[in-house]
Amino acid sequence: MLSDWPILSLVIWLPIAGGVLTLLAGRGGDGPAVRPIALVFAIATFIASIPLYTLFDTATYRMQFTEQVPWITTFSINYQLGVDGISVPLILLTTFFTVLVVIAGWEVIKYKAAQYMAAFLIMEGLMNGVFASLDAVLFYVFWEAMLVPMFLIIGIWGGHRRVYAAIKFFLYTFLGSVLLLVAILYLYFESGSFSLLDFHDVRLERVPQILIFLGFLVAFAVKVPMWPVHTWLPDAHVEAPTGGSVILAAIMLKMGAYGFVRFMLPITPDASSELDWLIILLSLIAVVYIALVALAQEDMKKLIAYSSISHMGFVTLGFFVVFSIFERNHEVAGAAMGVEGGLVQMISHGFVSGALFLCVGVMYDRLHSRQISDYGGVVNTMPVFASFFVLFALANVGLPGTSGFVGEFMVIMSAFKANFWYALLAGSTLVLGAAYTLWMVKRVVFGDIANDGVRELTDLNGRETFVLGSLAIAVLLLGVWPAPLVNLMHSSVAHLLEQAVASKL
Amino acid sequence: MSMENVYLGIVLAPLLGAIVAGLFGQQIGRAGAHWVTILGVAISFLLGLLVFKDVVFDGAAIYNNTVYTWLASDGVRFEIGFLIDQLTALMILIVTFVSLIVHIYTIGYMRDDPGYQRFFSYISLFTFSMLMLVMANNFVQLFFGWEAVGLVSYLLIGFWYMRESAIYANLKAFLVNRVGDLGFLLGIAAVLMYFNSLDYADVFRAAPLLSNLTVAIIPGTEWSVITLICILLFIGAMAKSAQVPLHVWLPDSMEGPTPISALIHAATMVTAGIFMVARMSPLFELSETALSVVLVIGAVTALSMGILGIVQNDIKRVVAYSTLSQLGYMTVALGASAYAAGIFHLMTHAFFKALLFLAAGSVIIALHHEQDIRKMGGLRKYMPVTYACMLIGSLALIGVPGFAGFFSKDAIIEAVSHAEIAGAGFAYICVLIGVFVTAFYSFRMFFLVFHGKERMEAHARMHLHESPAVITVPLILLAIPSVVAGYYIGPLLFDGFFADSIKVAPEHDVLARVGEHFTGALGFIGHGLAGPAVYLAAAGVAAAWYFYLQRPDIPPKLAASAGWLYRLLDRKYYADDINEFVFAAGGRRLGRALWKVGDATLIDGVMVNGTANSIGRVSRLIRQVQTGYLYHYAFAMIVGLLLLLSWFVVS
Repeated sequence: MLSDWPILSLVIWLPIAGGVLTLLAGRGGDGPAVRPIALVFAIATFIASIPLYTLFDTATYRMQFTEQVPWITTFSINYQLGVDGISVPLILLTTFFTVLVVIAGWEVIKYKAAQYMAAFLIMEGLMNGVFASLDAVLFYVFWEAMLVPMFLIIGIWGGHRRVYAAIKFFLYTFLGSVLLLVAILYLYFESGSFSLLDFHDVRLERVPQILIFLGFLVAFAVKVPMWPVHTWLPDAHVEAPTGGSVILAAIMLKMGAYGFVRFMLPITPDASSELDWLIILLSLIAVVYIALVALAQEDMKKLIAYSSISHMGFVTLGFFVVFSIFERNHEVAGAAMGVEGGLVQMISHGFVSGALFLCVGVMYDRLHSRQISDYGGVVNTMPVFASFFVLFALANVGLPGTSGFVGEFMVIMSAFKANFWYALLAGSTLVLGAAYTLWMVKRVVFGDIANDGVRELTDLNGRETFVLGSLAIAVLLLGVWPAPLVNLMHSSVAHLLEQAVASKL
Repeated sequence: MSMENVYLGIVLAPLLGAIVAGLFGQQIGRAGAHWVTILGVAISFLLGLLVFKDVVFDGAAIYNNTVYTWLASDGVRFEIGFLIDQLTALMILIVTFVSLIVHIYTIGYMRDDPGYQRFFSYISLFTFSMLMLVMANNFVQLFFGWEAVGLVSYLLIGFWYMRESAIYANLKAFLVNRVGDLGFLLGIAAVLMYFNSLDYADVFRAAPLLSNLTVAIIPGTEWSVITLICILLFIGAMAKSAQVPLHVWLPDSMEGPTPISALIHAATMVTAGIFMVARMSPLFELSETALSVVLVIGAVTALSMGILGIVQNDIKRVVAYSTLSQLGYMTVALGASAYAAGIFHLMTHAFFKALLFLAAGSVIIALHHEQDIRKMGGLRKYMPVTYACMLIGSLALIGVPGFAGFFSKDAIIEAVSHAEIAGAGFAYICVLIGVFVTAFYSFRMFFLVFHGKERMEAHARMHLHESPAVITVPLILLAIPSVVAGYYIGPLLFDGFFADSIKVAPEHDVLARVGEHFTGALGFIGHGLAGPAVYLAAAGVAAAWYFYLQRPDIPPKLAASAGWLYRLLDRKYYADDINEFVFAAGGRRLGRALWKVGDATLIDGVMVNGTANSIGRVSRLIRQVQTGYLYHYAFAMIVGLLLLLSWFVVS
């Protein structure tokens, strides 16, 4: 039986093994086998992850594809893996994007290609580990280890200020992680186990709950990132190579939001309920304030980075409007849409922001500039590219029929149930998001040819067309028919909501 | 073939055409692109006729069914599905008919354009989107269609993407529409919250039960839920149907090629808001407050935008302001609960306004893309067919008895005169004055273009000739309904054509009161001759004739002597300037300030680097302590030990 295979271990260790092999193949200069090996492993991992979707049982909220092996028995730490409807889409997103990133870096990366490819493969395994871990120590190990390859990617293949950006990235996220560790240790002493599922059941008094909640919040808010701990992201994106930006935006930002639903809501429900106003406030600031900041950007990558922060505000907003709705209706029915909307927004934002960073990468590879003012009239010389860019821009704007609409729609619908003003402020993204995105499109894509650089641009090659085309299909498919994705989540989200509204006091 | 497949065929045929022309335009060539898209729209039109016959003549039961479930969450199913009733059947015909004509016309108009295939792909995509909008049986799909037509409008206004003015206009159109979409989406959210369904049938059935429910948006104030929903939805309609103050995008949309000005920015898309409110009549009927808002906004738009038409010199912009004003008339009809009259005017307007735009386009290409009416004149003898068609369109627009516009516009004016809700008196005065204004600006343009001195350059005059058949035949095809469509006033307005697709509360039913005196179309003409509107229109034409043909020296003098007034009109009531200054520049400035002050100075400067700096300072201080002398450390240890001991003793 295929379902008896340790699929989760496979999607964690297969790419890591592939990364090691790639490194070996690249010893003493870049061997010709480096790229094919990396690609084969990326594709194999993607294929290996598909059964997670096809064999997934949507009827239960219980963890599936579970594996458990004792690891450090003294502290009852286990190698414990399992996924539910919340984590499966994120793992698929990771394995899908790694394939694209390997292909996207195929010709572009000439310096230390083996190390570059290996870093992405190893990072893929570690990120899958984060999403699949059910043991807090294992989770923490993956969580921290994942930073290293990203740190290297920015630090080695990055732009001029790469060292500043890499250290800022590392310190920000590392400082957050320390508090995560403290919270995990406290929970261990309370529950006598490191299993996340035991954490979910452990009873906690109000004060420790609030402290744990705040510890989690700092750790996860940095990753999301939420205002005001977001300033590392634009710097990291600007300096990161295209592949780094793509993984950062598409997957890594989701880690923080994942922490919200895996840790905060179920482990500290009373604190979450008491402090929901704080999260909602920070989310709405992210949506409005950051959108305005995005409007002022002159660097495309920075603009998309700020756009990411703004869009992630929808995710956290969707997660935390639950409590107001529950307070009003006294039943969880009617609150699921916000959480599901947030989760859909995570997946969609992965596709859209990843695609936009790839688009900027396509232009950067040709003109070596990210400045909006260095472009203009790109459509004249790159019509195919322009079509893709406009499509992804419209998805970023949340146009119905693209994936970008689904999550925003669901979150706004829920936010309205919580409070009219939440919905109005969140909805401002309809206007502001369109303003900063399409204004950039106007200045970069449309208009007369701005300079000789643009005049000599060549349109997409086959490799680039394949990468952007795959994402275009994903974005449209998810926009026209999101039901299969959302159906995956129903049971898990319903269970999560029960946990979130059940008092632990 | 089951009717279900017919409905699918209606929407999918143009979509298929759009995809083929869009993705394989290079392979199938220009002729291939126009054939495949025209075929698609023609199929839609023919199937539309079939549906019309089925629903209207054969009295088929109303079809309301799901095609597929888009999304299910929280126990609510969001679906893609069709509602086929009288209102839908009529809208399908209007949309596909005008679209078909515009497709054919485009062959001539865009003949030399390098983006030929792309253009056909876009207009077919538009037809698909518009059909999805009018055939929706739920709010989500309505919003899908709503945004999709907005998207195609964006793409088409910016069709000539090399022009700075075009890509400025399309961004502006998108953003202004997004303001409306925000209201619309919040309205949908309110519907979902209170009805727990987005299906029209569910919502309309439950609406009366909610008519007394209130909500406190601002703590301490009580709002009727239905009023809130209606006003939020209407904000959406205001943007799409260009009502004051969200009208600013429509004049600029004229940067797009003329065929789409006719199809999208006159006949169909901009009337989506009108259609939406008519569709929502079961909700609007429950809120007189909302109806009054609709009525007043419509009246202000009808008059104020018409007045701006007088000072425009670009032939397309005159027609554009006329469209704004006519949309105001339709909105007035909605506000007066004369939904059927609004839809009737929507239909006649679709014919004669598409005709006017396409005729203007015929003039524009004859003059090699000259659009300034001050550089035209005397075109009558060069372009007789265009001239005749433009005349018919203008007569229909100003409401000359016997022409289509007369019936629909007079029905609105009559209906408003019977309306009793707040604002009805004001609206009545506005629409009456509007009749004079309409006649004046229409014939000012007409006389300046076709009569009087020939003011074009000699070079342009040499090449002047009537447009080819591919352009004039569509004009004639539109001229016919611009005359005859009006005679359907009886069946459409007074014989219950719309049946249950439009709901009117008995106390609001102004059309029934108009209908009390109705004895047929000819009788309606007679009745019209007894009212003021016809004479106001005649006065408008006479004034235009006097000022622009007899004494062309007067208008410039008037403009000079009433300088402030002229400037006010010329600057379009400063609406663009205010938007540009407050919202566009203001938004950019605010964003910059937040970035530089909030992110760079406060967060990065004070918090991040400040933390780093203070850690640095603290560690420098601590470094001072680490002197390396053993006696320093020993001394510190002793002091510490003493402190610890004394604390132990004291406590």
